[in-house]
Amino acid sequence: MRNIQLRDALREAMTEEMERDPRVFLMGEEVAEYNGAYKVSEGMLAKFGPRRIIDTPISETGFAGLGVGAAMYGLRPIIEFMSWSFCLVAADQILNNAPKMLYMSGGQFKVPIVFRGNNGAGGQLGSTHSWCVESMFSCVPGLKMAIPSTPRDAKGLLKTSIRSDDPVFFLESERMLGWGARGDRDFETPYPDTFTPYLSGGKWAPPTIEEDADFTIPFGVADIKKAGTDCTIVALGRPVHFALAAAHELSKEGIDCEVIDPRTVRPLDIETIVRSVKKTNYLVIVDQSWPFASIASEIAMQVYERAMDHLDNKIIRVCNDDVPAPYARNLELEMLPHPRKIIEAVRAVTYNA
Amino acid sequence: MISGKPATRPSDALDAAALLELLRQMMLIRRFEERTMQSYQATKIGGFCHIYIGQEATAVGSIAALRKDDPIITAYRDHGHALARGMEPKYCMAEMYGKLAGCAKGKGGSMHIFDKDNAMYGGHAIVAGQCPMGVGLAFSHAYLGEDKVTVCYLGDGALNQGAFHESMNLAAIWRLPIIFVVENNSYSMGTHISRGTAAADDLSVKAAAYGMRYAECDGMDVLDTYDTFRTLVDAMRGSSSRALGAPADTGSGPAFVNAKTYRFKGHSMSDPQKYRTKEEVAGRQERDPISTLVSHLVERNLATQEQIDAIDKQAKELSHDAEKFAEEAPALPLSELYTDVYAEPFGPYKVGELPEMLRKTQK
Ligand SMILES: Cc1ncc(C[n+]2csc(CCOP(=O)(O)OP(=O)(O)O)c2C)c(N)n1
Ligand SMILES: [Mg+2]
Repeated sequence: MRNIQLRDALREAMTEEMERDPRVFLMGEEVAEYNGAYKVSEGMLAKFGPRRIIDTPISETGFAGLGVGAAMYGLRPIIEFMSWSFCLVAADQILNNAPKMLYMSGGQFKVPIVFRGNNGAGGQLGSTHSWCVESMFSCVPGLKMAIPSTPRDAKGLLKTSIRSDDPVFFLESERMLGWGARGDRDFETPYPDTFTPYLSGGKWAPPTIEEDADFTIPFGVADIKKAGTDCTIVALGRPVHFALAAAHELSKEGIDCEVIDPRTVRPLDIETIVRSVKKTNYLVIVDQSWPFASIASEIAMQVYERAMDHLDNKIIRVCNDDVPAPYARNLELEMLPHPRKIIEAVRAVTYNA
Repeated sequence: MISGKPATRPSDALDAAALLELLRQMMLIRRFEERTMQSYQATKIGGFCHIYIGQEATAVGSIAALRKDDPIITAYRDHGHALARGMEPKYCMAEMYGKLAGCAKGKGGSMHIFDKDNAMYGGHAIVAGQCPMGVGLAFSHAYLGEDKVTVCYLGDGALNQGAFHESMNLAAIWRLPIIFVVENNSYSMGTHISRGTAAADDLSVKAAAYGMRYAECDGMDVLDTYDTFRTLVDAMRGSSSRALGAPADTGSGPAFVNAKTYRFKGHSMSDPQKYRTKEEVAGRQERDPISTLVSHLVERNLATQEQIDAIDKQAKELSHDAEKFAEEAPALPLSELYTDVYAEPFGPYKVGELPEMLRKTQK
């Protein structure tokens, strides 16, 4: 068993895929000489040189679109956004060009590109810097989207993303890159013990399976992070850990939750969720984006369509509050999904069990 | 199109009191930012925090050439602009403490400092995002036939964003009364301007590309900065025929200023600064904008050392008091999550009260 942080997992995935395929390159702001604004690409310039690890100016439209062009030409770019919040200036390239090229060209031009970077509230950054783009982007046909919650998933999914012939939006979390970093203690304190299954010596301990350089995780396959019988909790990315913390607390009350991590939103493994709901008859969905027209709403609707008769109560969504992200620490903590909100939601749906 | 420096400098006309006011502002910013760094290290301030130390002369010298109602808009390195604009330091500090008493009620933080009374239209955290809005402010002057000038600050990194170039073009075709100022500190995070910006050693070509006037100033010298802006602003103001719809050859049109400056601290509070040597920073610190003005004052017998020390003491006290005010201010109530989302609230949303800072003046 190796102890690695999420940032190490991401770097390993990129490094292995770059060794495997000379068409893969990494481009973005401060990825090379600075060694990555968040040290994800640390050492990669030294290993691969400036032809393949490429610093850009602050020109997201330019380098995201460059990536699309290069992908059409046959290269396999990894485009890093320092934060997904900064991709918005490049919206035309990532939303109009990347996901629609294959369709518009009648199947002639595929766009094998990975856009990746930090998503979600980084901690008191204010509303322009605290975007959760998953809900607003996942409605676009033609793109794939992965939101890993552990280093193992991150590595396996990123390798699959780089090998994918379609554009992949890969959403990481600044606050998960080095677990235990400043900022995360807010969420740990009430339930410190619940994080230990994933932590070893302050670092994450992924299973040994990833020692295999060809380890990948397919898209569209949910992972049951914790099996249970009484209530299904669906969560993606960082909130998976809040769901696990909540499940741990609730087990003390005799409520045995099943925590399902879909890991990818496009494609979405609705079957695993439906199977679980048919077993537990209750569903809470945790989504760190805003509730209106959200992934949580979409999953709820798909479950209603397939398993309404199996639900013993309404579905509850635990999302961001429907307001822009505030700067003040106390307000931000309240606004984001957190274990207490999930616990309350599970209690509320299962009260009639 | 480089506008030469006039033989007599506008700053020659500044009396001792006016010069001491420039010094006061720069010293206040310096001491305030030192407090800010301490508070950040003590985790009283969160998020991203960008320190203005080293660049004081740029904001102070340029703002001194403006009228109080001339709008300014800038990026996220914005504390200095707010203070130069006249914001009471305690409101800026309380904002970074995330308190209700902050200038934006703790909702914006360090990168989003706003002050309506002082025509500060914000710090903006997306690089170059402020440029199109700056054009919108200048458009409003032309539209309303007002005799105002907008100053839009940007970092050298923002030169590489599409939004900057579109803004320059719009301002130029409509000859809007706006001055774009690059606070050229040579770095965008760890990227030296020569690696990120084409024609980095001659930014006049950026202005030339849009047929715009260009000026350079020593952003480490508050008087040179003042002179440059005084000249540009005076030319721009009063050219009333620049109103929209006027023939394109009237009015003085927009301008682009390259203010050569340097930040003495890291990009943000979490920057190991491996991209530059300690010697480079030390060398640049030898031309400290505050010491430069102090020497100017002392050499010309315009101020005594006692006066200067008193100004510094006052700056320290104000910064200390700002910190104390922020520390003691009550927390932001959770109910504020749902205020200020809509000007005309519905559903769960509520009308917000104005920040304490504005309550005396605005309705
Ligand atoms: C569109 C966008 N991309 C990236 C960032 C991240 N970022 C914040 S500041 C910065 C560097 C900007 O440098 P510069 O414009 O020179 O201003 P300075 O920090 O020197 O004042 C970067 C890359 C951002 N805020 N917005
Ligand atoms: Mg800069």
